[in-house]
Formats: sequence, C-alpha cells, structure tokens
Amino acid sequence: MVELGVGGRGILPRREFPRLLEAITASGYEIVGPTVREGAIVYDRLRGVDDLPIGWTDRQEGGQYRLERRGDEALFGYTVGPYTWKKFLFPARERLFTARREGDSFVVIPEPTDGPKLALFGMRACELAGLDITDTVFQGGPTPDPGYRARRGRILRVAVQCGQAGGTCFCVSMGTGPGVRGGADLVVTEILSPGEHRFRLDIGSEEGARVVRGLASVLAPVPPEDDARVEAIVARTAASMGRTMESRGLRDLLRETLDHPRWQHVANRCLSCTNCTMVCPTCFCSTHEEVPDLNAETVERWRRWDSCFNLGFSELHGVSVRKSGLSRYRQWLTHKLGTWHDQFGSSGCVGCGRCITWCPVAIDLTEEVAALRQPATPSAPPGGNR
Amino acid sequence: MTNEEHARIVERIREHPFFRGFDEEFVESACADAVERRFWAEEVLFREGSPSKNLFVILEGKVGLEVGSSDRPELTVQTVGPGEVIGWSWLVPPHRWRFDARALKPTLTIALDAENLRHTLSRRPEWGYQFMIRFLPVLAERLENTRIQLLDLHAR
Amino acid sequence: MPASAPAPTDSGHPLAPIPYAVRSTATETPDTTTLVIEPRGTRRISLSRPGQFAMLYAFGVGESPIGISRETPEGRLVHTIRRVGPVTKALTALTPGDTLGVRGPYGRGWPFKEARGQDIVIVAGGLGLPPLRPVIYEIFAHREAYGRVEIIFGARTPKDLVYYDEVQSWRRRTDIRIQVTVDAAGRDWYGDVGVVTTRLPDARFDPTRTTAFLCGPEIMMRLVSEAIQARGVDPHAIWISMERNMKCAIGLCGHCQFGPVFLCRDGPVFPFADLAPLLRVREV
Repeated sequence: MVELGVGGRGILPRREFPRLLEAITASGYEIVGPTVREGAIVYDRLRGVDDLPIGWTDRQEGGQYRLERRGDEALFGYTVGPYTWKKFLFPARERLFTARREGDSFVVIPEPTDGPKLALFGMRACELAGLDITDTVFQGGPTPDPGYRARRGRILRVAVQCGQAGGTCFCVSMGTGPGVRGGADLVVTEILSPGEHRFRLDIGSEEGARVVRGLASVLAPVPPEDDARVEAIVARTAASMGRTMESRGLRDLLRETLDHPRWQHVANRCLSCTNCTMVCPTCFCSTHEEVPDLNAETVERWRRWDSCFNLGFSELHGVSVRKSGLSRYRQWLTHKLGTWHDQFGSSGCVGCGRCITWCPVAIDLTEEVAALRQPATPSAPPGGNR
Repeated sequence: MTNEEHARIVERIREHPFFRGFDEEFVESACADAVERRFWAEEVLFREGSPSKNLFVILEGKVGLEVGSSDRPELTVQTVGPGEVIGWSWLVPPHRWRFDARALKPTLTIALDAENLRHTLSRRPEWGYQFMIRFLPVLAERLENTRIQLLDLHAR
Repeated sequence: MPASAPAPTDSGHPLAPIPYAVRSTATETPDTTTLVIEPRGTRRISLSRPGQFAMLYAFGVGESPIGISRETPEGRLVHTIRRVGPVTKALTALTPGDTLGVRGPYGRGWPFKEARGQDIVIVAGGLGLPPLRPVIYEIFAHREAYGRVEIIFGARTPKDLVYYDEVQSWRRRTDIRIQVTVDAAGRDWYGDVGVVTTRLPDARFDPTRTTAFLCGPEIMMRLVSEAIQARGVDPHAIWISMERNMKCAIGLCGHCQFGPVFLCRDGPVFPFADLAPLLRVREV
C-alpha cells in the first residue's frame, strides 16, 4: 500500500499513466502541457496522453531547433520549446478594464478575473524556478497584479524531472535543476529502458495529494532500485548540460563592465528582434494600449508583452533613451543577470537556454558573460571573433 | 589722473577676485593708464570687430555678451557680473572684439589698458605665466558652458 | 530616507483611473499648460508627500506621468504639462468642465522634513520647477525651521520660464535668495544669461549642513550635483528627480528601470550618491 500524503511516492506503470491525467481532470483542472505543433513542442491543451510528444525529441543549438524521432516511446524525452508557462499566468495580450463615458464623466468596468483551473503538466525544474521568479515580480511588490494573482491561485503544478539535457541547457550553472526540489504539487520521473517503462510519482503538496488520492490502486511502492534509477537519471542529465555559465559575482561583474568593448561586439550581431525576451520564462515587461470603439464612447485598456529591445520602449518626450542596439542588449543582459538581484533578490535567469536556441543569429549569453569576464585588449576583441 | 585716483584703482583691482593674491608690483604696473568707466543700462561697452583696447574688470552691475547676424535679432549668450572680467580679445592678435557687450544695468568697471598690460606681461614672463594660469579657467568655464548649451539642457 | 510609497487607492484594478474635472487652465509658456482639477465624485487621490506624481489619463488616448505641483486644501490638484506626445496634447487641450482620469499618487516625494535645520539649495531647470513647488511652499510655511535658502531657476529662454509671476513674487522675499537664469535671451531680458551651473558660485550655503533638491534635465542635474558636491556637500544630501518612460507606475511594466531601481516604486527622487555612477553611463 502506498502512502498518498505530502511526501508520498509511488510507481505508476506506463499503461496506467492515463489515469494520472484522468485524476487531474476529475479534480476540476483543464490540462495544458507539451504537444507537437508546427514542428516544435509547444504548451497547449492536452486531451489525453496521446497528445504528448510521444517518441519525439528536440535537438537544440545556438539559433537551431529541430524535432527528431527517438528510438523509443518516451513521453518526456525532450527539453523545453519556444513556449513558456508564463503565457498562462501573464497572457501576451490581456484586457485590464473597460472605461465608458457616462454623462460628462466616465465609469471603469473591471475585467473579471475568473477562469478555468489549469494543470501545468510537464513543468521542468528550470520552469518551476521561473514561476518562483514571476511570482516575486507580479505578487511580491507593494501592488500585486490582480490578474496574475487570480490565475496563479488556480494552477496545479505537475513537474517532470528531466531525463536528458538540451544543447543549450545550463540549469546546473544557475542552480535551478535538473532535479525538482520543491515548488511542485506533483513530480513525475520517467523510468525508461528496453522492456520497462514506468514513472515515479512524488506528491509535493496537499493539493497534489488530493488530486491523486484515487490512484492508490494503481500505484506500487517504490523499490530501492527505482530510487537509485531516478537519482541516476537526474545525475546523468546534470552531467550533460549543453552550456555552462559561471554565475557567481555576476551582479558585480555587470555593474563594473558597462563600458566593456564586448557590448559593441554583441551589438553588431544583435538584430533587436525581441525573440529572447518573448521566449524567456521570466521577462515580464509590458506596455499599455488604449483601444477605443468607433465613437470613442467605450475604451478598452489592454496590456501586451513589450520588450526592452523595442526602440519605443525607452521613449521619453518623443525620443528614445536607448537608441543604440548596444544599449538595448546591455539593458537586457545586465537586468536579467545583474540588477534583477537588486530588484527581486535573485537572478532573472533560470538557465533554460531558450534565448540561445531562438536567437536567429545564435547570440549566446553564456558566451557573452564569459567574454565580459575577460579584460579587453586593444588588439583583439574580447571573446574572439565569430 | 591724480595719484589719489590711481591709488584707488590699484586698491580695487587688488581686491577683485580675479587679481586677488597677485604680486603687488604686477598689480601696480597693470593699473598704469587704467581708468574707471561707468556704463548706463543699455549702453554698449564695445561692438564685435572693434579694436580691443581694454580688459574690463567688473565691480558692479551686469554685462550681457551678445552675438548676432544681420538676419536676426541679437542673442545674449552669457551675462557677467561683479567679480568677473570680460574678454580676451585684447590679449591675442588681431586685438578685435569677437562679440558685443552691453550693460544690462548701471555698471561700474575698471578698464585696464591693453597695450600696457601686454607689455607688462611680456616684460616679466613669471607674471605672464601667473596671469595665464588665472585666465585659463575663465576660458575653460566659458567653453564648458558653451558645451552644456550644445547638449541643450532643456531639450527633453 | 523616505519609505516606499504605499499601494495606491483601491479602485477595483490598481490601474483604473478616477474621474476628475478640469476646473481651470492657464497657459504657462508656448508649450506648457497648467490644469487645476478636482474630483468628479467622492473618490479622489490623496498626497502622502509633496513631490509625488500622478498618472493623468486622457480618455481614449492614454496616460502620462505628471508631477503634482500643488494640492489645495479642497483636494484640487495642480499639474503643469508640456505638450510632447498625443497624451499630453490631449491633456493640454482640455477646457474647464472637461473630464480626465487620475490615479496615484506614486513615488516617494522630496525628504524636505528631514532637511529641517539645514541650508537648502533648490535648482530647477525648465519644467523641473513644478515638482519642486511644494517644497518651496513648505519652506515658506516653516521658514524658521530651515537655514539659508538658495533657489536657482533656469530655462532655455525667458519665454520658457513657467510660473513667471509667482517666481517674481518670491523674489520680493528677503528671507530667501533666488536667481533666475536663461541659456540665451533677446534684448527684452535684463536678467542673467548662462546655464544654471554659472549661477552656483553665487549661492551661499554651509556645505557641511546643506540639503539640495534638483529637478530638471538629467544632464543639468548631474552637472549641478557634481558642482555642489565639489563645494563639499555630501552626495547623499543632494536629491534628484529622475524621469524615464513609464506605463504602469506600480513596478510591474518594467519601463522605468534605471539600472537597479524602478523610478516609479523606488523614486523618482533619489540621492545623487545612489545614481552617480550610472548617470555618467550613456543610454541607461
């Protein structure tokens, strides 16, 4: 008999795995998770296990992402794609309220913040760390964001411990993964080798326990060798990171290298396309749009994702403060890895590698940081030439 | 000029911030042929292009330094007041003023004679050096203020 | 040092504006207008500290952060606005009786109460004067609580001087010194000409017990701060008011970052000492 309280664990055979999704649905959650679409693994509505990218893996490098078939039927045999869970908590476009003229004044009609309960199915350790960071950004200050708070209160976090690292992963450097160390309601680890396919399920919260309490009959106690297998899986993933970055002292480094010639070097390559900020699990900048109806009687206030790479982002009295690409890349990187510590008490980077994979010119922040650590010499540009 | 008048001028020059602490013998020499000159409000001290025969040391009042051209009204670019001196055109050839100067209110100056001053400074190089060290900050400050104006402080 | 501003008025959504009516308008300069506004209904914003700013909302156009130049005892707000973009164009086109939206107040204001017993140096450039006006009136109201008071006010040209008549009335006071200067002038100007830094040598204060409040263009604030610091004033006692693009004013949109700080939440008023290194970096 398996103990199904917080901290409880059990082994779920592959053939019973659909029961986990059924239990989540039965608890009132809509399930969103990884699924294949348009040649990539994205996060979208899952109707069942078959919607998962079964037997697929992703090959990632700087500026490259490609799906390939695996030789097996793994459910979680890939890393992270272009989407992040951020969009379910902080939508790319969101109506904040509507204002309507009334007499010679106006009234503000608040936007309802109700919505479905969502199970975020398949969150990786780096993504749980990203969620912690956006929690601090949107809820940790003096004025929490009402929409984020409402949606955040309705999610179930179902995590997956990574069985492999991607070519641009560096969660080990950032101390966020690949093993899940809390922050999830349920944690799944896939144990897969020829002839065997099962999952260890760990219960991380009361809500997680409530969701899986009906699974007692299909969960088996965890044999010691499976615990060892899980440990080995996480250790193997940790040992095969595609990238590394020395994260110690970054805040000071970036404060002291604002005039480093490397910034011009990267600015010469950067297209200011904003991809890195769109795929980043923690980038949170937004702008406001005023959308009036035709007779300007009713106006909607929309919030949509913005990026510090946009020229208009820093516009002040009609002129951009950060006109050069250099200043915009520098703002992004120094914020993400440096001043984020001052603002929110942690790094803004979780080491997921998305900004490297999805940069059209393969700019790699781990490489940029390494170059900034080198003193510049007049003869050779720091970090070498590409 | 009576000796009494000369003594008064020497004393006022000695107390003026620009000359304070200077070699007494130098001040005495510099003040040879110096005269006190008063200007009414609106009165022009000199015009651009005219011979620069004096170093004006301001004791009271306010003087506007103006530039302009024939297609627009004049523009005041700086005002100078007590404790300051006007211009360096008298020091370097061709010894012609590079801007207009106009009193903005009743102004009292001492006009040192440029020819005498140049002669005095070249006669004793250590005086010349000391004088240039004093004069350089006046030029540097004027240059810096022009730079700040170029940045257009109030552009945003 | 002032604490972080409290969360703004609860109105359903923290970004929802409160309706205000324009009571009167006045043209200050060719491109600035002063609005006196009052609440339409019972809801209003209430200043916790002079020197804060509000988000003013032109219905159907958008919002802009504007310093609060005065709060009257009846709860009216005075804002002086320069026409630059669509929002400020719409706001300055309002006439008495028109409606606009207001939310706030935001930011921590000037720490003038902490400056009691000190000599005060106030330097305002152009539209930097309106946010400093509450400080000036606070000092007038408690003149005996402060030491010497030096005010330097500069603008590009004489016609760019806001609150001209009011400033003239201040000049008649004998218990403060005020210098007004412009960068360039025509024949109709008999005052000082020269950037504000040229007026500093004339300012009299005891650097060991001086607090300075500066508001104006960033380059002006940096140069004046450096000059005041060179006179021996502690850079922690030199306060500057920063400006950046701002959308939400509640620390969520990311626009108003200046290195480690959010201007809306942590400022916009800061000690010069805190920002000095970044003020010398380009395009921050």
